[in-house]
Amino acid sequence: MNRYPLWKNLLIGLVLLWGLIYTLPNFYGEVPAVQVSSGKATLKLDASATQKRVEESLAAVGIQHDGLFSDFNSVRVRFRDTDTQLKAKDAIERAFNPDAADPSYVVALNLLSASPQWLTNIGALPMYLGLDLRGGVHFLLQVDMKGAVTKRLDATTGDLRTLLRDKNVRHAGITREGQNVVIRFRDAESQTRARAVITAGTNDLLLTEGQDGADFKVTATLTPLAQKSIQEFALKQNITTLHNRINELGVAEPVIQQQGVDRIVVQLPGVQDVAKAKDILGRTATLEIRMVDDTPGALEAAVTGAVPPGTEVYNDREGRPLLVKKQVVLTGERLTDAQPGFDGQTQEAAVHLTLDSAGARIFKDVTRENVNKRMAILLIEKGKGEVVTAPVIRGEIGGGRVQISGRMSSEEATDTALLLRAGSLAAPMEIIEERTIGPSLGAENISKGFHSTLWGFVAIGVFMCAYYMLFGLVSVVALASNLLLLIALLSLLQATLTLPGIAAIALTLGMAIDANVLINERIREELRNGSSPQAAITAGYDRAFDTILDSNVTTLIAGVALLVFGSGPVRGFAVVHCLGILTSMFSAILVSRGLVNLIYGKKRKLEKLAIGQIWKPGN
Amino acid sequence: MEFFRIRKDIPFMKHALVFNVISLVTFLLAVFFLATKGLHFSVEFTGGTLMEVSYSEAPNLEKLRESLAKDGYQDAQVQNFGSARDVLIRLPNREGMETGKVSEKVMANLASIEGPKAEMRRVEFVGPQVGKELASDGAMALLLVIGGIVAYLAMRFEWRFAVSAIIANLHDVIIILGFFSLFQWEFSLPVLAATLAVLGYSVNESVVVFDRVRETFKKKRGLTTPEVLDHAITSTISRTIITHGSTQIMVLSMLLFGGETLYYFSLALTIGICFGIYSSVLVASPLVMWLGVSREQFMQVKKEKEEAVV
Repeated sequence: MNRYPLWKNLLIGLVLLWGLIYTLPNFYGEVPAVQVSSGKATLKLDASATQKRVEESLAAVGIQHDGLFSDFNSVRVRFRDTDTQLKAKDAIERAFNPDAADPSYVVALNLLSASPQWLTNIGALPMYLGLDLRGGVHFLLQVDMKGAVTKRLDATTGDLRTLLRDKNVRHAGITREGQNVVIRFRDAESQTRARAVITAGTNDLLLTEGQDGADFKVTATLTPLAQKSIQEFALKQNITTLHNRINELGVAEPVIQQQGVDRIVVQLPGVQDVAKAKDILGRTATLEIRMVDDTPGALEAAVTGAVPPGTEVYNDREGRPLLVKKQVVLTGERLTDAQPGFDGQTQEAAVHLTLDSAGARIFKDVTRENVNKRMAILLIEKGKGEVVTAPVIRGEIGGGRVQISGRMSSEEATDTALLLRAGSLAAPMEIIEERTIGPSLGAENISKGFHSTLWGFVAIGVFMCAYYMLFGLVSVVALASNLLLLIALLSLLQATLTLPGIAAIALTLGMAIDANVLINERIREELRNGSSPQAAITAGYDRAFDTILDSNVTTLIAGVALLVFGSGPVRGFAVVHCLGILTSMFSAILVSRGLVNLIYGKKRKLEKLAIGQIWKPGN
Repeated sequence: MEFFRIRKDIPFMKHALVFNVISLVTFLLAVFFLATKGLHFSVEFTGGTLMEVSYSEAPNLEKLRESLAKDGYQDAQVQNFGSARDVLIRLPNREGMETGKVSEKVMANLASIEGPKAEMRRVEFVGPQVGKELASDGAMALLLVIGGIVAYLAMRFEWRFAVSAIIANLHDVIIILGFFSLFQWEFSLPVLAATLAVLGYSVNESVVVFDRVRETFKKKRGLTTPEVLDHAITSTISRTIITHGSTQIMVLSMLLFGGETLYYFSLALTIGICFGIYSSVLVASPLVMWLGVSREQFMQVKKEKEEAVV
């Protein structure tokens, strides 16, 4: 008999109800909102306290809001219109960031779903639209890993020099040659001693001994393990730095993710000022601490062109030239933090630097040996260096906590600290892919995608109803439930919907009808061969099942291949395509059968099925 | 309504040789075009900068070209896109050019031209290293699809079916590429996705026919192999046409309403669907026949099952 047990009907009903609920948020549209999130890695957002502060700051200027929401790292406030939104943003900005030069919070304009609170509470959110639908910028950055390793080797060269001097091993020069550090010695004894000293001091280096003419040498290379950890660290550090920089832009929902071993994806929805975004991202600033050469007369000679060997001329921020040694004492990697503040004793404005342990050790040695000399902190951006500050060393500084003070306003201290922090990219990066989509194009893409799907669906619906009558209608309802489930699933998973994704929805619907056509044709054939209507329904569905399964599996294989190897637009297509195949299996078989059962299942003496004309060869 | 009123099985297999010759000729033509003309790859594969700008009124393209050439972009391709007011600018990557900055420089250049102001709609910049990866990823995806489908069909049916289905459908893929090469349509990532989706989709078609072949072999005794194939194709032809028709309706809707972005995507699908019907019915089936499919291959399976029960 063509009846489903109660549980099966209930199951189908429940699944459809679930689909309806999770599809709902997509119909509500969006309302203007302001989003407050932490602008510093060190600042953790306390949701309830922040909510209270937002409410207070809005109440202070008499702005009404339409609801406050918070998740683990941001607080969002909805407003009636964009006017109120803009006013509210200013008010909140003033309350949260009294010092505009050093914002602790990111206050950004955003759009929030207008769906009711209960939907949001059960996790029903609208589909997550890709950049091609909402407008914005997408960057793919390639991290220069070779650069990271080279930088580390440069620092290693300095470390080894200090180490050998500490242990009184005499050498004839330490240089970096490509990806190796070469140490030369006059005699074999120093060579052996150096080897022992270095092996005891670090396990990141692979040492090989050799002879170069009369010189004995030790060649040090980084172990593969050390290289790997340097690269991982470089990527992580760059992602953190990008986060800090993007916070300056005030983007509501930036995406900064690792892709592959050496790439970073940055997506900034809603950003239109591409030039500024690129400027901030592409700022390949690195930080270096070097000694200043204050030999009398040397600077004057250098300015006229006779630069002494081993030194370079750099300008400071006011344009005054300074003669700086080429040898790098410390790089930005060793700097863990830089904060503006005040000198404990003189109450002068100051910048407080924190160095990591290796950096602290080097810094202690350098300061001890160079008391009353000047050191320069250089910010190197796009190959051009600039001296941020060149303080005089007053005494040995240990412990890795460094304070730079003197002749600085508190504003300058803030600026310097910001520059020093922003300068800590561990490896240079290059933009290798960029996609910018204007907001009008995004809206157009949505409407184009929507209309293609709509009209295609209507045309298929009309045809199916005309050709298969009631069974056609059942197929169309099944197809509609497929669409419903697919959108619900996309909303639930928060998979990114792109224009190719919408194309995949349309294509999946076009392909999903195949299953119903197969079933309907089978039922007709059974009737043609003289089966009773009830038997024809059973046989039609049962026989068609194998075929439907086989054909969906093959389509799914293609979908999965696209998912695995696709990137960008192809991936967006593949995700929807694969999900669509799964939902179509459910709707084409279970939903349509359930409906047919409800319509015909109870009729014992069924004479005819409304499946359109059945032509028999005998007639 | 019923479109197909077929009294007797249509003797497709009688003309099998003719169909296969036609296929071979189209296939060779496609290969010829691919070899001589190559594909017109989009910026995603070749690397470079692509910009879509829109004006309030139609700009003078010649003026834009001149102005860009003055700035050193002599190799810029400037053309209309969709309407006279939308302009597409393509710039290849060059050695030593600061690639990341091209779009801003071009926008500044366009802004300096007198007349209507340009509004930036879309910028796509792809560095040279990305393109190569995309090509190799595409090839890997294709291999995975072929391998996966052959394995699945060999498991569900028999190796003869698997081999002929994949040959028939690869022939579709080559023909789609042939069309893109002949007309020099732009081959972009979405087109690649469409091509692979077609591969999965057309295999469907072969599967449906093969399913019938298997069923007919089991149920009807006394038919020769060509007769079985004829019967299977004839009894599924109605479904074949209607299914493909429905999918084509959807694709047509995308072709009409989807705008420029989906145009080539749906074009690839259209060609794929049309040739999909042809190849899975009239290429795959004769191939199965040439490969020597017969009743025994399905009967053995049944016997084993019976023994197991006893």
